[in-house]
Amino acid sequence: MSCCAPGAEMALDMGSITSVVPSSQEIKLASRSLDDDLRQTELSVPSVHCATCIQTIETALGKLDRVESARVNLSTKRVSVRWHGDEVPPFVVALRRLGYQAHLFAPEADEKDRTLSELIRAVAVAGFAAGNIMLLSVSVWSGAEGATRDLFHWVSALIAIPALAFAGGIFFKSAWNALRHGRTNMDVPIAVGVSLAYAMSLYETITHGDHAYFDASVSLLFFLLIGRTLDHLMRERARTAVKGLSQLAARGAMVLRDDGARDYLPVGEIEPGMLLLIAAGERIPVDGKITRGTSDVDCSLVSGESTPRSVAPNDAVQAGVLNLTGPLTIEATAAAKDSFLAEMVRLMEAAEGGRAQYRRIADRVSALYAPVVHLTALVTFLGWMAATGDWHRAITIAIAVLIITCPCALGLAVPIVQVVAARRLFENGIMVKDGSAMERLATIDTAVFDKTGTLTLGQPRLINASSIDPAMLAIAADMAAHSRHPFSKAIAGFAAPGGQHKFDAVTEHPGFGIEATVAGNIWRLGRRGWAGWKARTGGEGKHGFGGTVLTKDGIIGATFDFEDALRADAGAAIQQLNDAGVSVEMLSGDTAAACAGVAKMLGVDDFVPCLMPSGKVERIETLAKDGHKVLMVGDGLNDTPALSAAHVSIAPATAADIGRNAADFVFLRESLLAVPLALDVSRKAGSLIRQNIAIAIVYNAVAVPIAILGHVTPLIAAIAMSASSLLVIGNALRLQSSTPNSPA
Amino acid sequence: MTTLAYLIPVALFLGALGLGSFLWALRSGQYEDLDGAAERILIEREDKPGR
Repeated sequence: MSCCAPGAEMALDMGSITSVVPSSQEIKLASRSLDDDLRQTELSVPSVHCATCIQTIETALGKLDRVESARVNLSTKRVSVRWHGDEVPPFVVALRRLGYQAHLFAPEADEKDRTLSELIRAVAVAGFAAGNIMLLSVSVWSGAEGATRDLFHWVSALIAIPALAFAGGIFFKSAWNALRHGRTNMDVPIAVGVSLAYAMSLYETITHGDHAYFDASVSLLFFLLIGRTLDHLMRERARTAVKGLSQLAARGAMVLRDDGARDYLPVGEIEPGMLLLIAAGERIPVDGKITRGTSDVDCSLVSGESTPRSVAPNDAVQAGVLNLTGPLTIEATAAAKDSFLAEMVRLMEAAEGGRAQYRRIADRVSALYAPVVHLTALVTFLGWMAATGDWHRAITIAIAVLIITCPCALGLAVPIVQVVAARRLFENGIMVKDGSAMERLATIDTAVFDKTGTLTLGQPRLINASSIDPAMLAIAADMAAHSRHPFSKAIAGFAAPGGQHKFDAVTEHPGFGIEATVAGNIWRLGRRGWAGWKARTGGEGKHGFGGTVLTKDGIIGATFDFEDALRADAGAAIQQLNDAGVSVEMLSGDTAAACAGVAKMLGVDDFVPCLMPSGKVERIETLAKDGHKVLMVGDGLNDTPALSAAHVSIAPATAADIGRNAADFVFLRESLLAVPLALDVSRKAGSLIRQNIAIAIVYNAVAVPIAILGHVTPLIAAIAMSASSLLVIGNALRLQSSTPNSPA
Repeated sequence: MTTLAYLIPVALFLGALGLGSFLWALRSGQYEDLDGAAERILIEREDKPGR
């Protein structure tokens, strides 16, 4: 593992991810009360990754006023801060100053994972029982006789009871559930095999027999539980990591009551007709109409439009829109459940189709496996009955067949590969929701990308900096530093090192620009029509009144041209996808001109502009009807229905909440190379899974005839099972070593 | 045979001890942050008086 180099990577993330510092009311709402005074806040900090990070964060937060303690959890990438008092300590700002993005964590996400601890306890009990029984079995195999052997068998039987009841319960429950619904799954042969083996061994013990299979039935449970725990661990880890990302939907809003009182209410309690105060930098929580104030809003998450829109009273705004420059008062026109966001959720549910039909490889294999195994055991029993007429011998051999075919290797074959693959992706900043996502990704032949926020960052970049007078650019950059408008942020990056201009006064005029006075001169940076008031007739550039200019006393000094910045490595990623035999298409809600520019730069031949959210779904459904397996990569609210309509989907960490929840993969870093990497790892994992299943089948092909012929003893069964399990584990680990970790 | 009568219980007791301590460690949250625990040994704690 590489160690901490927060410099370069962090700086990239800082500039690129559109983030909003949660207001202190929001933090308070999301915190949990421990004592009358003490409160605990969970923050997700995706970029912690080594000891230095832990120490930096813990000491910096610990030094803040009123902070009781701060503890970093590196595995879940979370910080829990305990603080007291009414005022919220500024820990988000403190973290940001250190270069760490922090996101609030929903309080309900704090529940302990019950299934996992149950699984781990089961593994521990099964492991203990398997170890001790194996110890006794080895003594029997090496020649314990008569009364000693009987004693060992009895002790084994006693140890096996709690193991079967506690660890086996997981399998019995699942098998029973499947049978009750008329299905079979992998757990049915396991449950049948294990319980029959135990019953027969008990009978053998009572009748002073030679062979008891206590060790087989318990170590079988042990191996299978390991596979199951790993599988669960992988899913849970990705789930918590995804859950912990930035909450892009507003958690609440400041409500202005009729009597002038202000209350911070959670989103769910906002009703139509309420007046909401939205400060600059906050997201609009519900659909509404502006009653007071002018500002610029960023709609990129909602419509895919990259250029900010200026809004004035009586304009309608949708939930999820980010207010950029000026404070607004809006009147809610819909409750949260009827807002734009909820509409997207409905579209998304309607679109969910292709994915539900997908059956995992393991399920498909086990559907064939269980009947075959049971039939073989039955035929063996009947055959030996017919041949010898000795029912005790026939049952013993039939049960040996069941034990030897128990899908020990098969139960490990799939999860172990997926765990290793998920780990590789995790190290490269990609979260996988579950194993079936990797299986589906391996089959795709078409990749559909959203434009704004996915191929591009949805943030403007100044493109004509070199042709602007450096002196003018420096002034503009210093003025721009006072605003959070995306254009300003782009210009502010060009500030001259060292030389800060002294402005007498700087004011921001929301919707227009920034005004500064220096030594009696009025400088304006903003819309051409407003800033260049003296040049209104002659100064129209190619942008008409829309372009951004810097003026001194109304005379235009410089013109600024912007384009949407491409996401890092977007071109390379698309090239790699093409090389991998995947055809690439771009769907966007933005204008045709904007799309054409981006498509040309990236070498994407097919694109469809001006699409409504439902249009994207239709396009994907058309592709699916033509027999394509479609991968959707998108981030906006407007992409969410398409994300769930596609065969498999990927979203960047900056995506809207529901988009991230709908997507199968989420990548945390900026580079789009995550997409081809995920595809590559998934394909490799797919072929390893098939190899592992082949190994398991070959093992059965060899072992089953031996078992049918009656040559299997408990010793042979133990060796065969362990050997085949080790073989598939070893094969899965090749995924880790075969390809070097490329830092994405 | 007589040696077995106490050796087996002793072996089982020791095994159960191990199992019990694992379950205790699990319950007391020592497995919550494995990556963090691995990295934390690299942190040099400042010797603060009184703590």
